[in-house]
Amino acid sequence: MDVLKKVPVREQDPKVRATNFDEVCLGYNAQEATEEANRCLTCKNAQCVKACPVAIDIPGFISKIKEGDFEEAGYVIGKSSALPAICGRVCPQESQCEGKCIRGIKGEPVSIGKLERFVADYAREKGIKPQKPESTNGRKVAVIGSGPAGLTCAGDLAKLGYDVTIFEALHEAGGVLVYGIPEFRLPKEDVVKKEIENVKSLGVKIETNVVIGKSVTIDDLMEKEGFEAVFIGSGAGLPKFMGIPGETASGVFSANEYLTRSNLMKAFRDDYDTPIRPGKKVAVVGGGNVAMDAARTALRLGADVHIVYRRSEEELPARVEEVHHAKEEGIIFDLLTNPVEILTDENGWVCGMKCIRMELGEPDESGRRSPKEIPGSEFVIDVDTVIMSLGTSPNPLISSTTEGLDINKRKCIVASEENGQTSKPGVFAGGDAVTGAATVILAMGAGKAAAKGIDEYLKNK
Amino acid sequence: MYKILKACNLASNIFLMDVEAKRVAAACEPGQFVIVKIDEKGERIPLTICDYDRQKGTVTIVVQTVGASTTRMQKLKAGDSFRDFVGPLGRPSDFVNEDIESLKKKKFLFVSGGLGTAPVYPQVKWLHEHGIDADVIIGARTKELVILEDEMRAVSGNLYITTDDGSYVRKGMGTDVIKDLVNNEGKKYDVCVAIGPMIMMKFVCLLTKELGIPTIVSMNPIMVDGTGMCGACRILVDGQVKFACVDGPEFDGHLVDFDQAMKRMGLYKTEEGRALLAEQEGDTHHGGCGNCN
Repeated sequence: MDVLKKVPVREQDPKVRATNFDEVCLGYNAQEATEEANRCLTCKNAQCVKACPVAIDIPGFISKIKEGDFEEAGYVIGKSSALPAICGRVCPQESQCEGKCIRGIKGEPVSIGKLERFVADYAREKGIKPQKPESTNGRKVAVIGSGPAGLTCAGDLAKLGYDVTIFEALHEAGGVLVYGIPEFRLPKEDVVKKEIENVKSLGVKIETNVVIGKSVTIDDLMEKEGFEAVFIGSGAGLPKFMGIPGETASGVFSANEYLTRSNLMKAFRDDYDTPIRPGKKVAVVGGGNVAMDAARTALRLGADVHIVYRRSEEELPARVEEVHHAKEEGIIFDLLTNPVEILTDENGWVCGMKCIRMELGEPDESGRRSPKEIPGSEFVIDVDTVIMSLGTSPNPLISSTTEGLDINKRKCIVASEENGQTSKPGVFAGGDAVTGAATVILAMGAGKAAAKGIDEYLKNK
Repeated sequence: MYKILKACNLASNIFLMDVEAKRVAAACEPGQFVIVKIDEKGERIPLTICDYDRQKGTVTIVVQTVGASTTRMQKLKAGDSFRDFVGPLGRPSDFVNEDIESLKKKKFLFVSGGLGTAPVYPQVKWLHEHGIDADVIIGARTKELVILEDEMRAVSGNLYITTDDGSYVRKGMGTDVIKDLVNNEGKKYDVCVAIGPMIMMKFVCLLTKELGIPTIVSMNPIMVDGTGMCGACRILVDGQVKFACVDGPEFDGHLVDFDQAMKRMGLYKTEEGRALLAEQEGDTHHGGCGNCN
């Protein structure tokens, strides 16, 4: 065994998985996990913990794996994270815990994400559930949105004895974990539902089909329904479009719509009613994780898929692992290419997309080299479906119906990073609703900080 | 679960249901809609609100069978339940937030086509309850498809009914009645609200533009979540992209690009048709209909 290298993780063969929706990564077994755990140096001043947005005691849980006490390893993680099976799968570990791992200086870092996943999967398979706190203080807190921020905030508050109700606008709890991230990266029944069940077993209630701002307002929750504090974790749900001609044509989708149809509404399964257009040749515009998810979904529905991105490979915002997986599965990357018009046939259907070649200029304020059009380089790619994956912004439903809640010019709710406090007393916020589209783990970190903030606020009230 | 308290057919393919949904009943206003999902595997179906009872906590919906999910929905009886019933979604009709005294000075004309009578009803009823009697034109293809006639008569000013085939009262389209009222009877209207099939709303708008009557239409394009998330319901209004679910569903009809909206409506025709065939014929359907590969 080469101590400088990670124990390789088993994956479905790319050719096989390109035709199914089963999970790509198969995870470690006990022997592989123990072997990988033994690579951990158990640093006293662990840098990985500092790089984790929810500060999991990483050397602590890995030590338990070394001892073969997988159950105890689960309890160590559980002190900091309510959603370990999810984080082990979708966190960008390479830029967080694993990015700071001392092992990584001279070789590959410890595969912390895969170990976390192993521990969480072990606990779930053994049916180990978190314990409901023995006594509650009876004080009611409302959490808006059941995505990663809301679930984390609710779980932490329930552990502190609060009577927590989550309000979810859709018909299933989970937010982006159920509507956004596809089955082949994050299984819904076995992983997401089970982790949500764990949060519920702490005593958290979830009321689905409630659109805050429409069904009931935050002011009503506080004045009429007895909630003493509210956490807003409503995410960044509004899709952006490019504003180019032809964008309202039939066959142009937001990545949100495409993924929602497939993930939440299970359009990829024959036994569900919701339709989806598989497409024969699909262009996905954008280079983030959501673009990769949409592209790999279209591929599995049978299409030839191109990613169209205006910068070069180096600037792709998606995780390296996702880009790698997409390429392995046969997705073609048209880089330094930007759409200028969507072409339609006489019935208003997409029949092509006119693009222009780009070149990279000087770095802009984001530090990335800004792309410039090469004049006269227009060309048409032959596609019948276009999926726009250009990012999302927060939904104004809540901010526009809540008196005294400040938002910034990007429509994000203004909240303290430290404790989630907003401009309105008793109202806290975190996750994408505050930051704009970011990651699952950052949203969880914000949910955690806000739970602490709410506890302090209510104790002093 | 959301219990169905009453279920009855208004026509062979149109049915009415009273559904227990306390939060929706407490918050909804005329002009808004709900999304209903029958069970785990059903679609999310946007439906207009036909009536509501805040005391009883019930919402009345009127549905036309158009696809697999609505066909299944028609089979449900009083005592059955929907898995999901979410709302109210969209913005209420503008007049709900207008000053009552200035509203009273306005003469309203509602034009409903087919199922459009259902969303028109709560608007006319709201105005009636605030002391304003609006004229209403109910248009339908044939007598059987004229719905909610008695209910509408009880809350409207003048009620005009017309059928395309002349099988009931007048013969002709809603637009023919508008022309007749304005040109021959000398009626003047300050606001027209037209709700029905897109093609009908398009032609009402062409006429009212000519007649100089500001017109509001209610758009019901394809949507998934109904909260602004998917963008499927985007339409062009005055050249701008709008989401019917959060910016609407009601828009200035003279600014809506109906041709573009109708093209988008055809988007799922084939797949939806397939789902319906699968529903009616089970797995006996193996192509040959011209739509399947």
